[in-house]
Amino acid sequence: MKFSDEFEQRFAEMVPHYPTKRSALVPTLLYAQDEVGFLSDDVIAEIAARLDLTELEVRNVISYYSMLTTKPRGKFNVQVCTNISCMVRGGEEILHHCATKLGIGHKHTTADGLFTLEEVECIGACSWAPAAQVNYDFHENLTPEKMDGILDNYKKKAMQ
Amino acid sequence: MADLTLTVDGKKIAAPAGTLLIEACKNVGIEVPSFCYYPNLSLQGACRMCLVKVEKMPKLQTACTTVVGEGMVVTSDSDEIRQARKSMVEMLLGNHPLDCPVCDAGGECELQDMTFSYGAAESKFMEAKNHKDEQQWSPVVFFDRPRCILCYRCVRVCGEAMDVWALGVQNRGVSSVIAPNKQDHLECEECGMCIDICPVGALTSGAYRYKTRPWEMKHVGTICTHCGDGCKTTLGVRRSDTGMEIVRGDNRDKSGTNSDFLCIKGRYGFDFANHEYRLTQPLIRKDGKLSPATWEEAFELIGKKFAEVRDRDGGQAIGVIGSTRTTNEESYLLSKFARLVLKTNNVDHHSTADFPAFAAALRDKPEATASMADVFAAPAILLIGNDPTEQHPLLAYQIRNNVRLHRSRLYVVNSRPIKLRRQATVFAQVSEDNGEAAFVDFLSKNNPAPEPLGMSGTTTGVLEKLRETLRSVKDLLVVFGSEIQGISVTSLIAALPQAKFICLADYANSRGAADMGLYPDLLPGYHAIAGRSPLHEEWGVPDTAGLPTSEMFTAAKENKLKALYVVGSNPIGRLNLNPFGFSKAFLVVQDMFLTETAAIADVVLPAANAYEKTGTFTNTCGDLQLVKKAGDVSGTKADFEVIVRIADAMGFDIKKLIPFGGGMHADMGQSRGAQSGEADRHAVWLEMHGLEPKLSPLDPMAILDEIQRLVPGYDVSRMNLLAGNSEHTRLDKTGAAVPQQPGPILPANDTLFTSGTLGRYSRALNSVIEAHEIKPAEVAAD
Repeated sequence: MKFSDEFEQRFAEMVPHYPTKRSALVPTLLYAQDEVGFLSDDVIAEIAARLDLTELEVRNVISYYSMLTTKPRGKFNVQVCTNISCMVRGGEEILHHCATKLGIGHKHTTADGLFTLEEVECIGACSWAPAAQVNYDFHENLTPEKMDGILDNYKKKAMQ
Repeated sequence: MADLTLTVDGKKIAAPAGTLLIEACKNVGIEVPSFCYYPNLSLQGACRMCLVKVEKMPKLQTACTTVVGEGMVVTSDSDEIRQARKSMVEMLLGNHPLDCPVCDAGGECELQDMTFSYGAAESKFMEAKNHKDEQQWSPVVFFDRPRCILCYRCVRVCGEAMDVWALGVQNRGVSSVIAPNKQDHLECEECGMCIDICPVGALTSGAYRYKTRPWEMKHVGTICTHCGDGCKTTLGVRRSDTGMEIVRGDNRDKSGTNSDFLCIKGRYGFDFANHEYRLTQPLIRKDGKLSPATWEEAFELIGKKFAEVRDRDGGQAIGVIGSTRTTNEESYLLSKFARLVLKTNNVDHHSTADFPAFAAALRDKPEATASMADVFAAPAILLIGNDPTEQHPLLAYQIRNNVRLHRSRLYVVNSRPIKLRRQATVFAQVSEDNGEAAFVDFLSKNNPAPEPLGMSGTTTGVLEKLRETLRSVKDLLVVFGSEIQGISVTSLIAALPQAKFICLADYANSRGAADMGLYPDLLPGYHAIAGRSPLHEEWGVPDTAGLPTSEMFTAAKENKLKALYVVGSNPIGRLNLNPFGFSKAFLVVQDMFLTETAAIADVVLPAANAYEKTGTFTNTCGDLQLVKKAGDVSGTKADFEVIVRIADAMGFDIKKLIPFGGGMHADMGQSRGAQSGEADRHAVWLEMHGLEPKLSPLDPMAILDEIQRLVPGYDVSRMNLLAGNSEHTRLDKTGAAVPQQPGPILPANDTLFTSGTLGRYSRALNSVIEAHEIKPAEVAAD
């Protein structure tokens, strides 16, 4: 299992900041997931070996956090919030709209591998509800029309 | 630490600072219920059953995570608390299948008990239960997910106490689930600790599940018959067509030195007793074939032949090979029978440790041996050789948890990177070419470390520093394996005068066999044949030393040895001897199965195993413990009875062999029934003081009297022994003789999943071996 130089540099810098190696697990998993797209068996084995953990322990942590995944996702992970603030401001409609437009349901990926749709809990953007997060980018004060534009933009980005 | 005072339910109590509230309450008899709390495991605070009210604290507090404080005022029972507990049980039952009538744990389930004591009779939940099929995780571990109440005891015991880390928790909140390390199955030591510790029936054992109900068994706490550690195992027995069948082994009786621990062998390795190949009838060779015969025929034939050989060719034409799995009483009796009745010193057994050298080196050093309990308490431990995780699972557990809970320092010297190095302060890997013995030599001298001694990063500097540390460390406990023999034992003990020692032998009663004198030139208590001792005077012993096993074989080939009596041992298989070597000798074998040795015998006697008899075992540390009869297979006889009957058939006066018939004013049972508590106490008192009327020569307790009187170190409290405790025997007053021609000391090389002949006929152990793809030795040892 080989990671990029950038990953290696970040990893090497990060580990000594923690009192024990195992404490670096969550950020390591996030960096690895950003790079590989998901946490494959190989990634799990490699990280377990690096941090002196069993693969089971790594899997336990992955399964605890919904942002970590062991299954491949689309290029853009569309996370629509339906928690209270977003819900009262139309978050569920946004989710429903995305589902119809993309033709997929919760945690599913489009056939072209571009989009994964996910219904998520509060993403901390209540002041600008309804909100959604695509990968690490936030999109706020959404309406179905605005959402169409956002999704089209991502599609275009992927074409370039 | 200083005691703090606090008030619980209006009662003033004292507890040392740092005590958990739940423990402080328990110590004064106030029950605080809990599922997830378990002594000596990390705290979880998951089940919320132990909620109590602490004054000045805003909400109910979990007693399992609250440390006592000075002046604390606690209420353990009130309407509020009762309501909280009731809701917790209601939540746990929300998705619990309530299949108690078919659940293995039904009748001994903590959730049942808690529901009975604290629970609600009604439930607010209307939802359909979320069912998941049960999963088999290994040959011995089954998981029934809906029954699980997520207390995480199994996860913690597997990781923290066993250092296996095979169980984990996946997902979160209501979807949390216990998961095995290989996604759909377990790869672990198969100890079954997770099953024992499970408060409900979520983890069940492949060996026991759906076999019977807990209340239909009788439970007998006895000593495990596998390795030399002497764990107490509780055997659940049930009446069967052939006597009493052992249906379950577990650690319900936590009074043994093993406290919570039991390995796979102690837990599941009892099923050899009911194996279809078990011998249940004596066999006599007629026209070249072994044919069934009666016990009377067999005794008559053996008696006649043994007497004939003895009277014609002398005692030296008879050999006796004893067992490492028979009781002390049987080994002592065999030793005595050979010398008195057969008039031979040709006595031997499979030695797996150099106990004679050990006893000789400890002569006049009264406090220099350690018991198994000391391993959990010693502040510093030196382990030389052996791989306790595989060969002495309890010892490994004690060491591991001593390091974990008491921060004991562990120094490991081994030629292989054994698992216990993970707990070691210093791990010194030494050369595979007798590196352990070379280390002891280095330890006993002041020279610089020899260059070829250290391996894989163990420099001469590391070794020299270790030597310095070991010499200065106080209260050191030294544990050594069979790598250290003869002169090395002497040097080791001389090099560390401040230390206590444990010498590791491999079988359940290896130490007993040695202590009881199953040697060609040593009597019980390591008295030399050529020397003087009270034993010589009472017994009358043939003058010349006898032959060790290998020489008996040579003598048989040369037709000098004309009869051989083998008790619970398989020398032909173990030493890979040519079976035709014994074709001229009259061979009697007493065993459970038709081993390589039994197959060529002239008479085979079906023996009972250690789970089917009463007596005592001495573990490898010298801890004497009571063995109790649990199972029974009709047709078999305990080795004790067989020896007595052979002596009888030879016309020997049994009173000279066994001191029975002391008192005849016996209460013959009228007032001793199990129904009468008063009468039972009367019996216990008599037994305790060795005064019960040993009415027949078949009572092993009669020989125990003699052992306690004549074998140095065995004069321990009979009361403690009978109460089920272990009593440490001492080695400082023995005969301390070393064999003139020491026989070879060969380790049994059993692993966690093998156990000589017993393991060969255990389905549970074999199924695990198959699952793990481990190849056991082709011919099992004893």
